[in-house]
Amino acid sequence: MVVKNKKLNLKDKYQYLTRDMAWEPTYQKKKDIFPDEDFEGIKITDWSQWEDPFRLTMDAYWKYQAEKEKKLYAIFDAFAQNNGHQNISDARYVNALKLFLSGVSPLEHAAFQGYAKVGRQFSGAGARVACQMQAIDELRHSQTQQHAMSHYNKHFNGLHDAAHMHDRVWFLSVPKSFFDDARSAGPFEFLTAISFSFEYVLTNLLFVPFMSGAAYNGDMATVTFGFSAQSDEARHMTLGLEVIKFILEQHEDNVPIVQRWIDKWFWRGFRLLSLVGMMMDYMLPNKVMSWAEAWEVYYEQNGGALFKDLERYGIRPPKYQDIANDAKHHVSHQAWSTFYQYSQATNFHTWMPEKEEMDWLSEKYPDTFDKYYRPRFEHWAKEHAEGRRFYNNTLPQLCQVCQIPTIFTEKEDPTALSHRQIVHEGERYHFCSDGCCDIFKHEPEKYVQAWLPVHQIYQGNCEGGDVETVVSKYYHINIGEDNFEYIGSPDHKRWLSIKGKSSDTKADSAKQDAA
Amino acid sequence: MSQLVFIAFQDNDNARYLVEAIAEDNPEAEVQHQPAMIRIQAEKRLVINRETMEEKLGRDWDVQEMLIDVISIGGNVDEDDDHFILQWT
Repeated sequence: MVVKNKKLNLKDKYQYLTRDMAWEPTYQKKKDIFPDEDFEGIKITDWSQWEDPFRLTMDAYWKYQAEKEKKLYAIFDAFAQNNGHQNISDARYVNALKLFLSGVSPLEHAAFQGYAKVGRQFSGAGARVACQMQAIDELRHSQTQQHAMSHYNKHFNGLHDAAHMHDRVWFLSVPKSFFDDARSAGPFEFLTAISFSFEYVLTNLLFVPFMSGAAYNGDMATVTFGFSAQSDEARHMTLGLEVIKFILEQHEDNVPIVQRWIDKWFWRGFRLLSLVGMMMDYMLPNKVMSWAEAWEVYYEQNGGALFKDLERYGIRPPKYQDIANDAKHHVSHQAWSTFYQYSQATNFHTWMPEKEEMDWLSEKYPDTFDKYYRPRFEHWAKEHAEGRRFYNNTLPQLCQVCQIPTIFTEKEDPTALSHRQIVHEGERYHFCSDGCCDIFKHEPEKYVQAWLPVHQIYQGNCEGGDVETVVSKYYHINIGEDNFEYIGSPDHKRWLSIKGKSSDTKADSAKQDAA
Repeated sequence: MSQLVFIAFQDNDNARYLVEAIAEDNPEAEVQHQPAMIRIQAEKRLVINRETMEEKLGRDWDVQEMLIDVISIGGNVDEDDDHFILQWT
C-alpha cells in the first residue's frame, strides 16, 4: 500500500515558490531598479494579477526538463551509433538542416539572451520567473539543435560555421534582424513580439508540420530535438497568451499599443516564415503537407480561434492578414525561385523539383503552380540539362525592414512585383510591401540603421566587391563544396556512394575529365 | 464561426494513454495521426482528467507529467491538481 506524502497543492506551491520569493525594496526606489518598465507607455496597475496557468515551479521544472534531456540524448546516441544519416529519404533533405542550423538555431540563442534580459526588467515576480525558465529553455534548444546536427556535420558540407554565417550571410540577415529588432525594443514589445506573435501565433508552423516531415524523411534526431523543444514551446505559447491578456486587462490605454505591436510582429513573422514555407514544399523529399495546408490549419484555423477570443479586449486580427492568407499560394515558390538563382552565395544546395514533385506541387497549388511557377521551373531544368545552370549575378534589391529581396508579388496581380518606396530625410528607402513600409514609417529612426547585406557589399564592407571573395572570405562558405546546384555536388556524390550507386551526372564526368 | 482548441503529442508509448484518456473524456474530439505525432482537436474545450489517466496507467499520475510528451496546444489553459483544460471562452 502506497502512502502518499502530504504535499502542497499546485496553487499553493506556485505561490510559495514564486511570488513569496520576491520582496518589496526598502532602500532603493522601484523605479530605479526597473527603469525600463514604463517608457513604452504600457500601464501595469497590479502585477499580482499575472497568471501562469501551468503553475510551474523551479523544482518541477528541473525534474521534467531532466527527463526530457535523457530521452533526447538517448535518441541522439542511437541515431549516431546506427549511422542514421544513411537512412534519411534523400540527401537533398540535409539542406533543410543547413538552413535550420544557420538560420534558426542562432535565434534560439538570441531568444535566450532576450528572455534573460527582459526577465530582469519586470517588477512582477511571476513574469520574472516565467522569463527565467524560458531563457533556460531557449539556451537548451540552441544547444540540443547543435548537438543533433553535429552528426550531419561529419558527413555533409555547409554545417561547419553556422554562428559566423548567421552574422554575415545575406539571407541570414532576415532571421537575425528579426530577433535584433525584437531584442532592441522595450520589454513589453519583446514579449508581444516573441512570446505572443511568434511563439503563440506562428512557431507551430515551423516546429509541428516541419518536424513531422523530418520524421517522415527518416531523421529521428531532428524530429526528436524539434518535438523536445516544442514541449517547452507549449509552455511558452501559454505564457504568450497570458502576457497579452494580462497587459490588455491592466489598462485600456494598453489596447492600441498592443494592437500595433501585433500588426507589426505578425507581419514580421509572416515574412520570416517564407523560409519555412520553402523548406516544407521544396526541401522535404517525402511530403507531409503543403505550406498552404499548414498555414490553413495553424494560422487561419488556430489563429482565427485565438483572435476571436481576443475580440472581447478590443483586439482585431492583424492588419494585412488577408494579404498573408492569400500569399500562402505563392511564397514558397517565390522563395525557392530566389534561392535557386543565388545558390552561388548560400551554404546549402538547391535544385529543380523532380517530375513527381512538380506534380505534387500542381495538385497542392491548383490555382497558382502551373500558371505562374511551373513554366519557369521547367525552363530552368531544361537550361540545366543543356549545361547552362542558371545563376543570377545581379545582387537583389532588399526590403529595408524584413531584409528579404523584393521578390513578392501583389495580391491582385501575381505577375507584378510588390514594391513600395518612401523618402525620409532626403534618403530613399525600399520595401517589399505595405506591411513593411508601415513598420518603417512608425519608427524610421530604428530602421534607417538596418545593416543591409547588399548595401554593405557594395560599400566595400565585406572583404571584397565580387561575390566570390565575399562568399569565401567573408561568409566562410567553401566554394564548390557548400554552394551551387545539388546535382553533381560533393554531397550528392557522397549520397550516391552511401547508397551504392555510381554518379553519372554531367558535372561528375566533367570533373573526371579534368582529372 | 467554429473555434477549435487542440493539443498535439509525440506519438510514443506515454502518449497512447493520454490519447485514450482524452478520447474517453471528450467523445466529440477528433484524433488525427500524423508522422511521429498525434493531434487532437475539439470545439471550444478539451480536458485531461488525472483520474482517467490513473485508471489507464494503473499508477499515480501528476498532471504536469503531460509536459514531457506535449508538442503544442491551442486555447486558454486551466490547470490544477486534477485536470488540464484547454478552452476558448
